[in-house]
Amino acid sequence: MGLESKLTNDGFFTTTIDALASWARENSVWPMPMGISCCAIEMMAVGDPKYDIARFGSEVMRFTPRQCDLMIVAGTVTYKMAHVVKKIFDQMPEPKWVIAMGACTSSGGMYRSYNVVQGIDQFLPVDVYAAGCPPRPENLLNALMQIQEKIGKTRVKDFPDAQQSGFDTKPTDLSLSKN
Amino acid sequence: MKELLKEKLAKQFTTVQFEFIEQFDELTLKFDKSAIVNVCAFLKDEDGLKFNFCEDVTAVDWATRKKRFTVVYHIFSMENKFRLCLKVDLDDSECSIESVSSIWKAANWAEREAYDMYGITFLNHPDLRRMYMPEDFEYHPLRKEFPLMGIPGSVPLPKK
Repeated sequence: MGLESKLTNDGFFTTTIDALASWARENSVWPMPMGISCCAIEMMAVGDPKYDIARFGSEVMRFTPRQCDLMIVAGTVTYKMAHVVKKIFDQMPEPKWVIAMGACTSSGGMYRSYNVVQGIDQFLPVDVYAAGCPPRPENLLNALMQIQEKIGKTRVKDFPDAQQSGFDTKPTDLSLSKN
Repeated sequence: MKELLKEKLAKQFTTVQFEFIEQFDELTLKFDKSAIVNVCAFLKDEDGLKFNFCEDVTAVDWATRKKRFTVVYHIFSMENKFRLCLKVDLDDSECSIESVSSIWKAANWAEREAYDMYGITFLNHPDLRRMYMPEDFEYHPLRKEFPLMGIPGSVPLPKK
């Protein structure tokens, strides 16, 4: 690892605070587990020792939105529940990200019906969609890694507040690598 | 059990026409909607019958029939281990029926569900609110004329 070699040789390294903040943020993504239906079971499996989300610094799953960076919407969102999801999302502090986990959340899935929202991107800014019904735990971890990649690329100038306060550079290209 | 039911009902309700149908290994009893409360109270309290468990209250929308709706009650007698199905036809013009929640408390939520999904009014129900859909929703989704994907804009989504 680059960091350890720097520490043992010179004892210091140079970076920008901006990059350091993104690095720290990327490796401590605290999820808000919005477990609404069966996808939540796979989301729980991600927390167990076999898959171990703690390897990615995201083991702090607390059912409170106030300390969270990432909302994992795991399950079928009905029109009635959509207001609850949005209310919880609004309580999360900026910056925040969203994973749409599973077919129902991403597109309504098999519930092509009057009561299910046909994709939560109608009311939430989704960053990563995890495919599957439900997605395997590996797939959710993959989605988390993509979120981490996105966060790692994010700089201060990419936040809406920063753009208002006079940063004149273009926003960073946050598009994810294809894998 | 069928003979006992026939005998007791004929004796108690001389003016009501009962139709007995046997289907799906179950006895079905059809009669006019005006008698629903009296018949249900009798079935629950009469010695030897004691249908003390209301399993479900639901409805059927036949769409093209003159009597468009059928309200269906599934009741069970714990004492006799016997299940009975009651069916009552309703007109589309006045799709309302007396509530049986005063007889079986379990009918309360089941009738609310039937009201939510079919728009059948249960008269003298203690709390006839929608069960599943939002309270300001204007339609009844299990009616045959309701489109599968709903009516666009009828349920508001939160703003992005």
